[in-house]
Amino acid sequence: MSESNGCAMRYSGFRVIKEALTGHRGWGPAWRDPEPQPSYDYVIIGGGGHGLATAYYLARHFGKKRIAVLEKGWIGGGNVGRNTTIIRSNYLLDGNEPFYEYSLKLWEGLEQELNYNAMVSQRGILNLYHNDAQRDAFVRRGNAMILSGADAELLSVEQIRARYPFLDFANARFPIRGGLAQHRGGTVRHDAVAWGYARGADSHGVDIIQNCEVTGFRIENGVCKGVETSRGYIGAGKVASCVAGSSSRVMALAGMRLPIESHVLQAFVSEGLKPLLPGVITFGAGHFYCSQSDKGGLVFGGDIDGYNSYAQRGNLPTVEDVCESGMALIPALGRARLLRMWGGVMDMSMDGSPIIDRTHVDGLYFNGGWCYGGFKATPASGMAYAHLLATDTPHETATAYRFDRFRRGLMIDEKGMGAQPNLH
Amino acid sequence: MIIHHPLLGPRDAQEFTYLGDASLIDRPDWQAEHAVDRFHDYLYLRDNPAGEHRELWFHEVGDRSWLVVTRNTLTHEITSVELARDVARSRGRSK
Ligand SMILES: Cc1cc2nc3c(=O)[nH]c(=O)nc-3n(C[C@H](O)[C@H](O)[C@H](O)COP(=O)(O)OP(=O)(O)OC[C@H]3O[C@@H](n4cnc5c(N)ncnc54)[C@H](O)[C@@H]3O)c2cc1C
Repeated sequence: MSESNGCAMRYSGFRVIKEALTGHRGWGPAWRDPEPQPSYDYVIIGGGGHGLATAYYLARHFGKKRIAVLEKGWIGGGNVGRNTTIIRSNYLLDGNEPFYEYSLKLWEGLEQELNYNAMVSQRGILNLYHNDAQRDAFVRRGNAMILSGADAELLSVEQIRARYPFLDFANARFPIRGGLAQHRGGTVRHDAVAWGYARGADSHGVDIIQNCEVTGFRIENGVCKGVETSRGYIGAGKVASCVAGSSSRVMALAGMRLPIESHVLQAFVSEGLKPLLPGVITFGAGHFYCSQSDKGGLVFGGDIDGYNSYAQRGNLPTVEDVCESGMALIPALGRARLLRMWGGVMDMSMDGSPIIDRTHVDGLYFNGGWCYGGFKATPASGMAYAHLLATDTPHETATAYRFDRFRRGLMIDEKGMGAQPNLH
Repeated sequence: MIIHHPLLGPRDAQEFTYLGDASLIDRPDWQAEHAVDRFHDYLYLRDNPAGEHRELWFHEVGDRSWLVVTRNTLTHEITSVELARDVARSRGRSK
């Protein structure tokens, strides 16, 4: 494993101009493509956003060496490259809100930290409400956010109309009565997050090994010694699973059953349009959220399909439901053509909140259960998981994300739905 | 998806609500030893397989019967549909 390498070129405006004038011949690959070593101190399974962020913080902030990320396909091919890119910290419960606010703060410094343009755009997120009870619930949530150091503002219909004049304010069934805004929320270029963390981790000596599927664990006397992979056995001091929708499949290889079901979530992009939607908006009467990408496409989604699935594609009834919700909020949406739609496999947990914890096997750690909200968590998840791996104690913002919370009745159930993953 | 209801024939999956793994039929005995552990596992842990999955669907806007559907979670193909009542009885459950 090399400590330094030729890939770690600094990006800057000057560099862009210089390369433009010299035929772009000076750009090197952003990370190496190393052969796996026989063993590492830390093996992270899964080259999604969370796995790469974990490797980066482990190397950069905890000074650890001999780290590998094993990815069965290519980095960014999982949910980190499939999500609708929304970041926010508008949670209610104590177990969650400090963690997500910490994540948002890490997003705010991410590009400087990584020297990488991840297109972090704090264009604001607005959750609309449609009746008095919902207003009261949103006020409460806004107050909880402020108590955790986040920003929240209740907006009137007039304030919303000034920014989003085209919404169906007078909808007969679900009139818009106001909204809860978090101005520091927004969007981030999703695959740039994977690439930025990969480049950062690589430049601190992490081996990112693609096309390397973990197919088993070597566990002796309750201690995890390493992993079997499609590229041979790799020994490890500590093994950290971080495979999102594949969590149950991978942990089953270690004989574990998880409080998780895998479900498919779909997303949609319209044809490119002129600037229309300045921020992220969510409908309060159905499940629908929408933003406009910098290329002009309206990016939107809604509910998960609702049944166990590993198919990475959904079915038409959900497409219809999402589009109906969209039309109820933005009638003009009906004039735009849908360009693309796809699905990702979500690790839906039993209370809708994640797990970052040790397992009963020594040296084997787990990070998962992100449901459809793990993109915004990427920086804090990486930091908290690195903290756990490096110190064997939870990060101060992630103390509630334990396996035993179900046994102890300490569920973190934002919506109060109970142990029914498809309702979170 | 089309679910071939044993009594009503082919029905759109939209008529159903989904509960989850059919092992939920096997409710633990609350008087058994380690009942707390068993209820924890029953309530919260799932096999969550990629491939064949036996699962409970409720015909909410139909005849309100519970079905056990065997479906492949990688392809969404449904290979068998039984009345949950029959499945429960065949496992020795009386009600
Ligand atoms: C359509 C959609 C919309 C979403 N929208 C949002 C949103 O707006 N905001 C938000 O916060 N979140 C959103 N999410 C959720 C978010 O994308 C995920 O929670 C998050 O990306 C999961 O973490 P990850 O990036 O590490 O996962 P992934 O990118 O899925 O990484 C896991 C990796 O593990 C690899 N892997 C699996 N098995 C193995 C194995 N055996 N060996 C080696 N590697 C393996 C996979 O190939 C994959 O690359 C959305 C998700 C989807 C699908």
